[in-house]
Amino acid sequence: MSKKTENLLKGFYDVSPLLLPVVPFGIIFGAIGIELGFGPYVTYATSIIIFSGASQIVFFQLLSNGASSLIAITSSSVVSTRHLLYGAVVAQYLSKLSLMWKIFLSYLLTDQAFAVSQEFFKKNSNDEYKHYHLLGAGLTLWIVWQLTTVIGILLGSIVPEELGLSFTIPLTFLALLINYFRKIDHLIVIFLSGLSSILFYEAPLKSYIILSCVISLFIIFLINKFQKKI
Amino acid sequence: MTIWISIVIAGIINYLTRLGSILLIKPERLSESTKKILGYVPSAVFPAIIFPAVFFNETNTIVQINDPKIIGFFVAIVIGYISKNIILTIIAGLISYWIVIFLF
Repeated sequence: MSKKTENLLKGFYDVSPLLLPVVPFGIIFGAIGIELGFGPYVTYATSIIIFSGASQIVFFQLLSNGASSLIAITSSSVVSTRHLLYGAVVAQYLSKLSLMWKIFLSYLLTDQAFAVSQEFFKKNSNDEYKHYHLLGAGLTLWIVWQLTTVIGILLGSIVPEELGLSFTIPLTFLALLINYFRKIDHLIVIFLSGLSSILFYEAPLKSYIILSCVISLFIIFLINKFQKKI
Repeated sequence: MTIWISIVIAGIINYLTRLGSILLIKPERLSESTKKILGYVPSAVFPAIIFPAVFFNETNTIVQINDPKIIGFFVAIVIGYISKNIILTIIAGLISYWIVIFLF
């Protein structure tokens, strides 16, 4: 097997456990779009054009609550600002790629793909074809997200609400942090970000995510700086 | 019609947040301390998705201390800490959550 195929399949393999919440979430999203009255075409179009579950939900919820287009666009954009941080991390490993690769891989840079591929990049920084890992993980998520959105649009909420499967979303992100549980500096960042997200949850335009990131990163930056001095 | 324009604008901005850093950041220009801080990005972003989803209800009120989500959350933390296994962590959290919901 060539190194490219191997990395592509590794990306698929690494991201597959994270599909557990993506499948019900995609179906629920498709069903919500229909329920809120957006119709099948508009609902599906967001999955291909925006391709970000959190931003799509925010966008639809605000519009259906009577918010203006401007508020809906701004809020869903503020929610996606976290990708700037993901991009900054993976940019360290993708800088040698052609423009076409960068343009295409950026489209696939979702939370889950970022989570598994940045781990892979860290461990395989000398691998010439490491970007195939992100391609494999990203394409897997893309295909599953498209399919499950369509299933939700066509079949409605076939996922019983009593199962509480939306709880698998925080569980998955928690599981992605287990490697950091034994590192005190990471625990500080995790705790600060979590606490900030609760405190600023009501902040305007859904800005609590990016606010929490900035606050926790800034404090750990100060702590690191202070430590160097002593 | 406006809905389509809105979706396209939201889509373009969303895409630019993904492309922006990849396109503009030159790794050789990043200082060591910046690279170190970037190493904390998962630990800085994911809790902001996790905590509100666990500690708030659909009505945006703080949950009770004995809420099934809190119990699932702490079981997942313990199992994650011990096992260091992603699937086991998710399954343990979900099953303990279901046990509380369906048996109590």
